[in-house]
Amino acid sequence: MSDSPAVMHAETADSHHEHPAYQRHHFESVAQQFDATNFAMWLFLLTEVMFFGGLFTAYLIMRNWYYPAFVEASHQLNIGWGTANTSVLILSSFTMAMGVYNAHMRRKSGLVFCLILTFILGLGFLGIKSIEYTEKYEKHHIPGFHYSMSSFLNPASDPEVHNSYPDDKPLGLDMARHTELYFFLYFAMTGMHALHMIIGIAILGYLIVRAQAGDFTTGHITYIENFGLYWHFVDIIWIFLFPLLYLISRH
Amino acid sequence: MNFMSRENGLLSWLLTGDHKRIAILYLISITCFFFIGGALAGLIRLELLTPQSDLMASDTYNKVFTMHGIIMIFLFLVPSVPATLGNFFIPMMIGAKDLALPKINLLSWYMYVVGGILVIYTMVAGGVDTGWTFTTPLSTHYVNTNVMSTGMAIFVAGFSSIFTGLNFIVTIHKMRCPGMTWFRLPLFVWSNYAASILMVLGTPVLAITIVLVALERTVGIGVFDPTKGGDPILFQHLFWFYSHPAVYIMILPGMGVISETISTFSRKRVFGYTAVAFSSVAIAVFGFFVWAHHMFIMGISNYSMLVFSLLTMLVAVPSAIKIFNWTFTLYKGSITFETPMLYSFGFMGLFTIGGLTGVFLGASGTDIHLTETYFIVAHFHFVMVGGMLMAFLAGIHFWWPKMTGRMYPEKISQLAAVVTFIGFNLTFFPQFILGTLGMPRRYAAYPPEFQILNVFSTAGATILGVGYLLPVIYLVWSLKYGEIAGNNPWQATGLEWQTQSPPLTENFVINPVMDHEAYDYDWLENQGVKEVASVG
Amino acid sequence: MSDLKEMEEQENHIVSPMIYLAILGALLVGTGLTVWASFIDLGEWHIAPGLTVFWNPVVALAIACSKAILVVLFFMHVKYSTKLTKLTVTSGFFVFLALIGMTLTDYFSRAWGRW
Repeated sequence: MSDSPAVMHAETADSHHEHPAYQRHHFESVAQQFDATNFAMWLFLLTEVMFFGGLFTAYLIMRNWYYPAFVEASHQLNIGWGTANTSVLILSSFTMAMGVYNAHMRRKSGLVFCLILTFILGLGFLGIKSIEYTEKYEKHHIPGFHYSMSSFLNPASDPEVHNSYPDDKPLGLDMARHTELYFFLYFAMTGMHALHMIIGIAILGYLIVRAQAGDFTTGHITYIENFGLYWHFVDIIWIFLFPLLYLISRH
Repeated sequence: MNFMSRENGLLSWLLTGDHKRIAILYLISITCFFFIGGALAGLIRLELLTPQSDLMASDTYNKVFTMHGIIMIFLFLVPSVPATLGNFFIPMMIGAKDLALPKINLLSWYMYVVGGILVIYTMVAGGVDTGWTFTTPLSTHYVNTNVMSTGMAIFVAGFSSIFTGLNFIVTIHKMRCPGMTWFRLPLFVWSNYAASILMVLGTPVLAITIVLVALERTVGIGVFDPTKGGDPILFQHLFWFYSHPAVYIMILPGMGVISETISTFSRKRVFGYTAVAFSSVAIAVFGFFVWAHHMFIMGISNYSMLVFSLLTMLVAVPSAIKIFNWTFTLYKGSITFETPMLYSFGFMGLFTIGGLTGVFLGASGTDIHLTETYFIVAHFHFVMVGGMLMAFLAGIHFWWPKMTGRMYPEKISQLAAVVTFIGFNLTFFPQFILGTLGMPRRYAAYPPEFQILNVFSTAGATILGVGYLLPVIYLVWSLKYGEIAGNNPWQATGLEWQTQSPPLTENFVINPVMDHEAYDYDWLENQGVKEVASVG
Repeated sequence: MSDLKEMEEQENHIVSPMIYLAILGALLVGTGLTVWASFIDLGEWHIAPGLTVFWNPVVALAIACSKAILVVLFFMHVKYSTKLTKLTVTSGFFVFLALIGMTLTDYFSRAWGRW
């Protein structure tokens, strides 16, 4: 049979059957509209998966080729901040899911509260990221901008990391050069992820305003539900970035 | 009253949500870019009249063929059938009022236009000379032409493609009218659905590749630079992961058109409907697994060559199945030779030749000798120009009466089809020979013994140019002076033919219900003169 | 007809906050687990000369995949979605795997040299 929801009866195209104001005219029913836009958001997320896929491919190849450089370079990332960020993002996924729940239950204040929490957690994530990025800038670990290999050629010159990882041997010049590749992938992948977070937070701001106006608690849950999908997807990307970038080997 | 006369004024077109108007906007834009790309092709052929690089310097020649490739692929072939005929007719064929996401549809056109403007900017700013394939490390380290702006242009145009494909997939799944099961859909819809899957899943990889090239050029980190430990082959893996499915994105919608025209002009249902439908999807699926056949000489491992060569042989099978099925559709049909049918015959013959030569190239042993020669150039022009472009013209002519309410002049259009066929063969068949003789591609100068074949090729290109100009002239002429077309001048099946020409903005007065199989000519005869839902 | 019902169920199905809390807990536990595992050397498995599996990255990826699956199934409601949504998610995952997998086979097999 057909998975198209318009299986009811033939209707005239412009007969004014009852439909809520938020149902667009080319859809036959709210269910069809919700279903179609939900499916569209999933397809968009598939494009995002393939988009990040290119970066993951590059990462996997370089990590395989230059494993020692990747291990030592990853020790430069603070595992505390990384774990904190992961937890913040997971929590924000929870608050977003609760936001969707509140929208379904038509509780406006609950929805707005959850969206605001998600917003704050998102900003928190970006804040921690900027702390980490600043650290990298100060230690000259930004590729292409006065990149310095001294922490890898001579680990003792970097006491902060050396004390945590005393077994890190000095890398040869060749392998030490490849730490720049690690940092490039670090910035490219987390940067791309952060860009998606920024866009998400901006949209979230807009949704908070409209949620406060009561637009999403009258049965029109599409925007909240679909944005939730986007937000969870950004969380999933981080769930993979965290072990791949931070947890290569800490023993 | 129809979708064109409903509202007037520039804004009503530029801010429209109507899929039919967006299709017309696309048609105008891609035609403009087609002729720019065609002019560049003319320059290439002019240069190649003589063995020396005398018309332009080698650097300029590189820029000319690069822009020709970029414009023809990204700004013409990829959107050609989907964004014009697909946009216009998929909702009508499934009995819907519009695509699922009209605003995304409009956004898709604007992204196309921005991409196009960036390409024009690139040309004005001095062009780019890396070849459309942007091979690293040439494109990242050794040229100082406009790689960044070209990259941005393709990035943006890529999103145009993604949004179109996304829209089609959602629409075809969710907005079919009552009774329109998957196996009652016209095969045009199946083909566009398969192409849309490729658009949605493949194009983002091109996007990230462009981002990486841009970062490599600006920051210089070395992911594609062997001196810094990177791998130029990585670029090629990522680039061809999209660009091979891209060729199926280009050809599948054209194949969809052929299913419609072959059926209509032999007055017979398409032979093996299910096989053709599944072959379309099979081409899309297999198309994802063969990309490294573009990289046989680049340094991939022998084991990879083996695997990809084998898979490439497999991907030819569904295309062949379709050709067989169309041929069997013709058998014992009542064949007539209207213009769309002439173009369709051209498609069948030329795509077969192009496709077969693709199999020769898929065998890595022969590919090592034939790659980077004119054999490749001939191969892809046979499938893309002899195949896809002919299918596009077939579709434009087939649906012109429906879109505009006017018939084009039949005699001159048949003449144009024949001229195009002759011009095409004269242009590109000699290139197969040149390739096997060893003439390399992307060179402005060549050994003098190749000149005679090049002269044939250029002569053919001139004829081909005439063949393409004629339709523009008479189609535009027909808008004002063409005979008024009725609802169904070809007596075709398909829901789009059961309503007025040009259609209403909302497509149908009464929501259609599909109660017969696809290509059911008996049902059509029983309709007689009873028109379902026509309002003057 | 069953698809229409599936669709309306999807729209109307409301996941209970208790489930969300449980998933949140599982995700945080998973995070702690993966950090802890990275500090321990989990050893390797020599399948054949030149072909070794190191357990640390395997465990890390396994935990990451599990977390992702939980997010997809529960936070993103895929467990309660139509068959089409499930098919879409799966096919996207497979194409992603094809990109990475088939590209990596080239890189891994280069070391095997000529036939």
